[in-house]
Amino acid sequence: MATILAVDDSASMRQMVSFTLKGAGHDVIEASDGMVALTAAKGKKVDLVVTDVNMPNMDGISLIKELRQLPTYKFTPILMLTTEAGDGKKQEGKAAGATGWIVKPFNPDQLLATIKKVLG
Amino acid sequence: MSINLEQFHQTFFEESFEGLDSMESGLLNLQAGGMDADTINTIFRAAHSIKGGSGTFGFAEVARFTHVLETLLNEMRDGRRPVTPDAVNLLLESVDTLREMLTAVRGKAAVNSMRVADVQGRLELMLGKAVTADPGMVAATVSPGAGSCRISFLPKSHLFKTGNDPLRIFRELDGMGTLAVEADLSRLPAFESFDSESCYVSWSATLKGGASEAAVHELFDWVRDDSDIEIVSASPALPVSVVEAPPATGASLVAAMAAAPVAGTEPKGGVRTAAGSEGTSIRVDISKVDALINMVGELVITQNILRQVGENFDMSKIHKLSSALAELDRNTRELQESVMRIRMLPISFAFNRVPRLVHDLSTKLGKKVELKMSGESTELDKTVLERIVDPLVHLVRNSCDHGIEMPDRRRAAGKPESGTLLLSACHKGGNVVIEIADDGAGLKRDKILKKAIERGLVKADQNLSPEEIHDLIFLPGFSTADQVSDVSGRGVGMDVVRKNIQALGGNVDIWSEPGQGSRFTVRLPLTLAIMDGQSVAVGSEFYIVPLVSIIVSTIVKNEHVSTMANGGEVFRFRDEYLPLIRLYELYGATSRTTNIQEGLMVVVEGDGKRAGLFVDELLGQQQVVIKSLETNYKRVEGVSGATILGDGSVALILDIPGLIRVAHQKKVA
Repeated sequence: MATILAVDDSASMRQMVSFTLKGAGHDVIEASDGMVALTAAKGKKVDLVVTDVNMPNMDGISLIKELRQLPTYKFTPILMLTTEAGDGKKQEGKAAGATGWIVKPFNPDQLLATIKKVLG
Repeated sequence: MSINLEQFHQTFFEESFEGLDSMESGLLNLQAGGMDADTINTIFRAAHSIKGGSGTFGFAEVARFTHVLETLLNEMRDGRRPVTPDAVNLLLESVDTLREMLTAVRGKAAVNSMRVADVQGRLELMLGKAVTADPGMVAATVSPGAGSCRISFLPKSHLFKTGNDPLRIFRELDGMGTLAVEADLSRLPAFESFDSESCYVSWSATLKGGASEAAVHELFDWVRDDSDIEIVSASPALPVSVVEAPPATGASLVAAMAAAPVAGTEPKGGVRTAAGSEGTSIRVDISKVDALINMVGELVITQNILRQVGENFDMSKIHKLSSALAELDRNTRELQESVMRIRMLPISFAFNRVPRLVHDLSTKLGKKVELKMSGESTELDKTVLERIVDPLVHLVRNSCDHGIEMPDRRRAAGKPESGTLLLSACHKGGNVVIEIADDGAGLKRDKILKKAIERGLVKADQNLSPEEIHDLIFLPGFSTADQVSDVSGRGVGMDVVRKNIQALGGNVDIWSEPGQGSRFTVRLPLTLAIMDGQSVAVGSEFYIVPLVSIIVSTIVKNEHVSTMANGGEVFRFRDEYLPLIRLYELYGATSRTTNIQEGLMVVVEGDGKRAGLFVDELLGQQQVVIKSLETNYKRVEGVSGATILGDGSVALILDIPGLIRVAHQKKVA
């Protein structure tokens, strides 16, 4: 199974994502903002990053940009969790190098279905 | 897989309430004139998180309300809307509304929809439009369709660098119907110029049966900007360019709403029996837990030493034994302190409410108040902390309402227009001391005295010291406000404040000077689980009297004791008659003596009333761990708990207010 980095400043969302992914047999590394996530990603190569957009210290968009600079994360799938139904954040994220997005609110089944798609 | 989202609710509520607190303090900072991007961002992020969480965890009303709030905040964040005092006040009100909503949904109660609609309406009015429901509020699902379509997929060369893999898309398409794919390799460069990180291949595919067009479009959502895509439905639908496709068609939206999964679902009525069993939790700094584990480690070492000493013990090992016992004593004390510290929270949890309170009050009263706080990190027991909030709020309210004067009066008195309210906390000798000080007018002694005489609380000819006059405001039903204001409320104030503080084993003092201001000093024990007690002996029995309730211990002469008609006894103490309680009689113990002047009289006070406890003798003062009688046995009148003494025997802790109440009823009867 895959190692997934789950990034969200909201503890409840992080718990929900982490619990869901672990339940599906994945290893999950949790991070509470972009800065923490970047350090974690540098420490251990993960197979997939699922990140919130609005976060303190380093937001999701900057995290994606930073990750794409790293040789090991050039092709790694990165999904954004976004509440914006409008296109603004999605475009910004895509431009930064995001693979795709999951629109909040989502339920555990939708999360798993999307992740299954990406991981194949 | 079905996951019960309720397990995340508590975390969601905790972080949401924290988010609301930080929104509130951020908004108050904005009010103070600091218009910085960081603050607005923090406020926005808190609202944003609550919106995301409430949508995910199924609190649709909260999500809808936060969405409007977020829209307004977003405009401020982008600089499209000025941060006016009116806007800040409305946002503060929205924070209150959200807090109420969250409290209601946490308690599985109905939210006050009138109030929500009112505030939401005003937010929308300020925005100048009704905010359309966020389409993202409804989780989209794929509706099945029929027919076939032709797909032309021409990725740009950088596609791989977004982490997207065309294979994934084809795999999914394959799952949706019968798929035929043809790859176009014509763009492949010569081997020398081949870049393994670029995408050169394009595809055309035909998908037959099953899949709806919307679902196929959705599949290409993530790569739309990085490719040229054409999806052409074979009959009956007309070709639709992907770029123009709406995110969801009317029909699929309706279907999605009908099928709306967990998000947005009303709580199932009547099924949940576990509801209401919302356990309170506490966040503990990891360093405290580490300290605890460290302590336990040392305890284990000491225990090993003691075991070694205990094997084949002879008198030559007595020194080792006594040093190990001393170590055990130290370990136990430190362990006790570490465990206590776990329940300790910084007083900022209570102080945090004050800036908002002062802001609202000063606006309402037309006064200028500058709030200064210090010692916010002072820690005290969670229960004490929770119960001190109301008295604290009351005292702050009093200072703003009665203490600090109107700006013109302050100017006339040669003071700065803006009054200062000082709120501080610190540790002092096993107590937490909280001070609420203002530089206002001070207590009006003549007014207090006049009112007290009018109400018959003191005699007109009684000569009272300033301190004694100040103390009068703590008497039940006392109020000096000429008119009952909706700020300080009716005269139910100060006596309740003192009662609540005393119930926590603390006390409150007043210092006040006319023209200079007032200071209320609240002393609280660090914890409710341990208290300072005075052991007293009655025959062979020991009782614990809480040290805070003891005024003095004295020998009373028999001639100062009188018996009343109903058999109750009183004795003379400093010009007043106090009920006499013979503890041996009350608890059926055999005392050493029944002769009053051969024993000791412990004069105690509780709830503002005094009485004397007749005991054989005083023993030592010590900290006692309070054990509940109710949990272990049953409630006993006049006893607040029990403790275990050093020799293993049990001593009852006397409930002084309870005892006095009974004694006074007798005295009156």
